Amino acid sequence: MSELRFEDVTVRYGRTIAVNGVSLTVAKGEVVGLVGESGSGKSTLARAAVGLAPVHRGSIMLDGRPVPARGRHRPLQMVFQDPYSSLDPRMTVGESIAEAMPPGGSRAERRAEAERLLELVHLDPGHARSRPARLSGGQRQRVALARALAGRPRVIIADEITSALDVSIQGAVLNLVRELQRELGLSILFISHNLAVVRYVASHVAVMRRGEIVEQGPAGRVLAEPGHEYTRELLAAVPGRRSRP
Amino acid sequence: MDRRWLRVLRSPLGLGAGALAALVLALAVLAPPLWADRANAVHTGIILAGPSGQHWAGTDNLGRDIVFRVLVASRLSVELALAATAIAVLVGLLLGSASCLLGRRTARLVAAGVNVAVAFPGLLLALFFAVVFGVGAKGAVLAIGLSGAPVFARLTQTLVAGVAAMDFVAAARVAGVGRIRILLRHVLPNIAEPLAVNATVGAGSALLAFAGLSFLGLGVQSPSYDWGRLLFDGVANLYVNPAAALAPGAAILLAGLAFNLLGESVAKGFGVAVLTGAGSGSRAGAGTGSGVLPEPGTGARGEAERSSPEAAGTESEPTDVVLDVRDLEVTFPGDRGPIRPVRGITFTVRRGEAVGLVGESGSGKSLTALAVSCLVDASGRVDAARLELLGHDLRTRDTPVRRRMLGTALAMVFQDPMTSFNPTRRIGRQLAEVATHHQGMSRRDAMARAVDRLASAGIPGAARRARQYPHEFSGGMRQRAMIGMGLMGAPALIIADEPTTALDVTVQQQVLDLLAAIRGADDVALMLISHDVTVVGEVCDRVLVMYAGRIVEDLRASELATGARHPYTRALVAAVPDMDTDLDRPLATIPGRPVDPAEVPPGCAYAKRCPLADVRCRAEDPPLTGDGSGDRVACWHAGEPLPGPGGPPDATVRRAGGRQRAEAVLPRLPAAPSGPAVRPGRPPARELP
Repeated sequence: MSELRFEDVTVRYGRTIAVNGVSLTVAKGEVVGLVGESGSGKSTLARAAVGLAPVHRGSIMLDGRPVPARGRHRPLQMVFQDPYSSLDPRMTVGESIAEAMPPGGSRAERRAEAERLLELVHLDPGHARSRPARLSGGQRQRVALARALAGRPRVIIADEITSALDVSIQGAVLNLVRELQRELGLSILFISHNLAVVRYVASHVAVMRRGEIVEQGPAGRVLAEPGHEYTRELLAAVPGRRSRP
Repeated sequence: MDRRWLRVLRSPLGLGAGALAALVLALAVLAPPLWADRANAVHTGIILAGPSGQHWAGTDNLGRDIVFRVLVASRLSVELALAATAIAVLVGLLLGSASCLLGRRTARLVAAGVNVAVAFPGLLLALFFAVVFGVGAKGAVLAIGLSGAPVFARLTQTLVAGVAAMDFVAAARVAGVGRIRILLRHVLPNIAEPLAVNATVGAGSALLAFAGLSFLGLGVQSPSYDWGRLLFDGVANLYVNPAAALAPGAAILLAGLAFNLLGESVAKGFGVAVLTGAGSGSRAGAGTGSGVLPEPGTGARGEAERSSPEAAGTESEPTDVVLDVRDLEVTFPGDRGPIRPVRGITFTVRRGEAVGLVGESGSGKSLTALAVSCLVDASGRVDAARLELLGHDLRTRDTPVRRRMLGTALAMVFQDPMTSFNPTRRIGRQLAEVATHHQGMSRRDAMARAVDRLASAGIPGAARRARQYPHEFSGGMRQRAMIGMGLMGAPALIIADEPTTALDVTVQQQVLDLLAAIRGADDVALMLISHDVTVVGEVCDRVLVMYAGRIVEDLRASELATGARHPYTRALVAAVPDMDTDLDRPLATIPGRPVDPAEVPPGCAYAKRCPLADVRCRAEDPPLTGDGSGDRVACWHAGEPLPGPGGPPDATVRRAGGRQRAEAVLPRLPAAPSGPAVRPGRPPARELP
């Protein structure tokens, strides 16, 4: 698949610097976990990559070329945190998915493709005709994943995709992310504040704080031998990590 | 859609307004072909006659019948009003959606222009435009249309801004959908309803404005006539024939009312639908359940719970019990019979004990907390065989005594610390209010206590912070302040409903530590509600697992990892990845979705998702029964090994092994002060006898 590279990226909103000189590479077929607390700039970095936030300085390259921010085909797709706001309540699931497909193809072909994608994310293809209100949070998040895949992306950015879900559903979505990544060889930037979740899906971890990346490296090393104080703090705070008194 | 229209028409106001509007529109269509001849027939013999049997409202200066003229004028009046409204809505939509289509700078300019235009009085604008476009119907339509446009532009701007901030618009942008397409496909359909409602109200106003302009002589000119023109003519002869002015006046009044009231009642009907829309939609989609609820207390469940050993145990030792709940039920009225999200739950919380309440969303855990703190909305009904806090019956009517007791003995901490404080008042003042209100302290003493309590909730610089407003606090600090507020009294019980879900992991840990410390220091009981079984397991002594409004398992927290017997509890535990989860296996999942409280199946509610379920489970609801250890479980197959691929059978065992390894490897963190020690395998000293 493809490589997504952030080089010295700075994002500013007025005088506030949300992301400050971040360099990060999502290598081909790799899942990079980006962790940090809210306000650390991790979501802003993701939004900058897909053109939803202005890049003040630096560059975001996909296979050595700037990420296209115009035109119908977008090789970089994003899945959002809140599955209740990321699907248009007025459109059927099939329409939402078809909208993200590259142009071309007959109506029947697009419908067939939408059904294939729904099956890929383990949903009944019959759901193509339902509206999002009929689906649960976990099902909606699967639809959001199917929509992202419909754009035939080379890289997917997943922004806190399980934090709005019940833990009982979170597991199914995480399994799906891993499965899709393996089957399709996707490169994924996986953003989460939950280290246990990141550990489960990512091979590489970057820790962000106050707009800067304080530590990054292979997941095994960063989580076992954290080099930065803040990473250790995050690790200590994982629920269930602490022994009971 | 249809159902909401039905609801509008079912209300008396909606029905009346709808009928009136239909009448006005029918007249506008039918009156001219039917009565135009009679309205225009000149009778020189009876000029300016008063009301008579033949001419109910008399005649005008050419002897034409006023009543028929009023009826026929309805076409022109309504047409002009609708045309003006159409102009207002179209121009308004174009200006208002500019932010979607134009660049940021241009959009800002347009918005500023709209803001200036909104500030101008509408009628003044209309008069101004009427002079610009010349006297006559065309000029008046443009004038009223354009003067109404800024209001619609403003409305559109606001609505568009709301929709444009939604993730689905961002998702469409990421997918490469163009601006115009986003506007047409995503934004406009989602703002259509409020716009249509406001346009209806706007049509009523346009009708009145038109009558006004015509009355001033700036609108419709002879020989055409609308209601305003008729009124203008009628007023000239007011002393000769008042009916000639009253008839068009009444028509204007009725038509204006019809549009305005229709708009209002549709807004009301649809507004209600927005609140319940998602719920009713999912319910409709979930199948064809009967919606009939099992009767409370029927079957084996109620009896078994009452006679269970721990229920008997609470009676023998009443002084230790802080909260005693028996057969608690919460019922709400629903479209198809009552909905009961909490279906008969029984538990006790003892002094200094930390009890966790876990379950998926919709399991009834938050409602249970609200019922205990007497905060269930007025539409819900709370029933219980017993509901006592420190021996006070909470089922009694709301009295000052009960309020004071709840205000001081019970502390609530909610999920969203942003909405639990009044944003316009200083934090210290809000805390002090508890003491002045419930404990009769002077303001100065109360303030001193507030500062002291903020400090004890771990807020540095409490005296300075007490003078700040809620928005100056971070999420974690606000949650601390909320806990501090709970400490203003002398709480025996703190109920924390998802207190850390909105917080970051690091802050979450600090808040949990704080709760544990307070509990340890003052022997306060804690009821922690969470969907995350790991969080609950870490903080609590005992865990109540809720499913579909019932407690399905009540066990010591130390047993969560290895000793859980209900398949649901085991699935919940296995579903959460931790730092020792095996990376080579898929995570355990719970198939299916939680039970809709409106459609609770017969038998065990979990049967549909349970790998152990058999015929009996689907027919008979298992009672919550205890074994000797004090743990309770409601399952016909409690503790049986879970089969095959649904979830790894050894998931719980593997997790436990991992956990122990982690404890050995990790540096031991300073233990939070807490209640009685709980050791695996042995019931804690304070557990039930």
